[in-house]
Amino acid sequence: MLLVVEQFLNGLQFGLLLFLLAAGLTLVFGIMDLVNLAHGSLYMMGAYFAATFAAWTGSFLLGALMALGATLALGIVLEVTALRHLYGRDHLDHVLATFGLILFFNEAVRLIWGPAGLALPLPAWLTVPVPILPGIHYPAYRLAIIAVALLVALLLYLGVMRTRIGMLIRAGASNREMIGALGINIKLLYTLVFGLGAALAGLAGLMQAPILTVQIGMGENILILAFVIIVIGGIGSIRGAFLAAIFVGMIDTLGRAFLPNLLRQVLSGAAASTAAPALSSMLIYLLMAIVLVVRPEGLFPASRR
Amino acid sequence: MKGLSVSKAVTALMLAGLVLLPLYSQLSGNVFILTLFTRIVILALAAASLNLIMGFGGMMSFGHAAYLGIGGYAVGMLAQEGVGSGFIQFPVALAASAIYALVIGALSLRTRGVYFIMITLAFAQMAYYVASGLARYGGDDGLTVYKRSDFSGLIDLSNRTQFYYLCLACLFGVIFLIWRIVNSRFGLVVQGLRSNEQRMQAIGFPAKRYQLVCFVISGTMCGLAGALLANNTDFVSPAVMYWTRSGDLMVMVILGGMGTLFGPVMGAVVFLLLEEFLSQITEYWALIMGPLLLLIVLFGRGGIMGMLGRAGRG
Repeated sequence: MLLVVEQFLNGLQFGLLLFLLAAGLTLVFGIMDLVNLAHGSLYMMGAYFAATFAAWTGSFLLGALMALGATLALGIVLEVTALRHLYGRDHLDHVLATFGLILFFNEAVRLIWGPAGLALPLPAWLTVPVPILPGIHYPAYRLAIIAVALLVALLLYLGVMRTRIGMLIRAGASNREMIGALGINIKLLYTLVFGLGAALAGLAGLMQAPILTVQIGMGENILILAFVIIVIGGIGSIRGAFLAAIFVGMIDTLGRAFLPNLLRQVLSGAAASTAAPALSSMLIYLLMAIVLVVRPEGLFPASRR
Repeated sequence: MKGLSVSKAVTALMLAGLVLLPLYSQLSGNVFILTLFTRIVILALAAASLNLIMGFGGMMSFGHAAYLGIGGYAVGMLAQEGVGSGFIQFPVALAASAIYALVIGALSLRTRGVYFIMITLAFAQMAYYVASGLARYGGDDGLTVYKRSDFSGLIDLSNRTQFYYLCLACLFGVIFLIWRIVNSRFGLVVQGLRSNEQRMQAIGFPAKRYQLVCFVISGTMCGLAGALLANNTDFVSPAVMYWTRSGDLMVMVILGGMGTLFGPVMGAVVFLLLEEFLSQITEYWALIMGPLLLLIVLFGRGGIMGMLGRAGRG
């Protein structure tokens, strides 16, 4: 029981983290029609900035806030100098150019911070276990991640659906020429959206940093998961990204936790312990294959023309 | 007409260089360059196979490195199990790649555009994880191939020069095959599907079936490259299938010129030589390579072949 609740919360936490990453990716794709492989690099930069600033200021929260601002700024710089010129080009061009950016960022990090990973220690008040049910404790930090991510998801939803900027963003997604013609500064809007996506990726990175080590290439595996999520959810759909992210986070976490035991029921011990990790890594891709076979446009395709 | 001749001249020069390279290596005593170019020729073969579906067929596969791994693991696993004959290893490598391509292609071709890019990527990652889980065959650490494929005296793969010429012959054979395919009725249908799938379907061509056959041919060709690569490095590991390797192959195709016969070869030569050259100047070669890719995408439309064509015309 304890394990089930704990793993369930872990799955929720991982899913929400994936959502932060996938939301930025799907926003950028839905609105600018840009495939950004370097989104994972922004996630990595968020973690590195947080580790550096936290060590510098001595405060986790202050470091996190500064890292958020830094990734936002980095995203804006990246958009203005490089990615802006890729809008309207072939998707293949996006894939290649942003692949080049990944190489650049990985190498730049190695040059600046060295090849060894960094650690981002948590402050004491976040490491205490919190009782969530009678007899069941859960780390405060993971609860904090869940709370922050849910809050951001809510703000994102309200921001996109209820504010004037959100309205412009949605309008830009469905017809960019028209809102340009209506006198909206579409370039500025795009820069803003890209910056927002970068900040979300940075937030995901810096929140994940204390759980895993901060290292080069940390954004790459998780980026592919984020891509799987937006493909399952339907490219351009934030709602689809949210549901798919929770789903993928759950499957990944629960698969890793319970699949070895399940397999042991049918296979011999040694065979199960070698097959289980591979199978649980594959589960998500199998899920994606099934979704694409049944619904090639994803579960919640955003209506785009 | 003049533009055509510039790119033709450069291509001919490059091919002559590839053929004469072992001679230079012998004369200068530089063994390293032969090893380097064996790798280049094998990856050029992989890039050429990717070009068949990407350049001519319009199918943007981001998981082509999976076949490098499948071909390689076929050789490695059979060698481990005591089957050393190349007459068994290579056909198995090709068949395994073809079957994988058939399954993946049948599923992936239901989608198009970015979805296709992503689903091929996801399947390749799946193959990567399967290989990592093969505890009997080294798992994450990879599998050492202690003995190269044995062609019972016909050709000795341990002899550097003979192996190089085998790889080069495979490359030329594949390019010849691609040339014949592209100019056949089948190839014209596939290229027609790239330009306008709806119209081709309206004329009465079963679009998916043509694309699937093309996808399988390409995958099988890349499986050959995988089998050669495992023999070249005497080693195969999941890292061969990692998605950045698929990205490298895409870069080679685009860099050389997508949809041209010799572009991918040119791309592979330039990309890998550049990588080698930059890594000798600085440890941080990717710091230069990354922005260079960005610049190539932004300004170098049509790749090297396209630029050569423009240079000739301008």
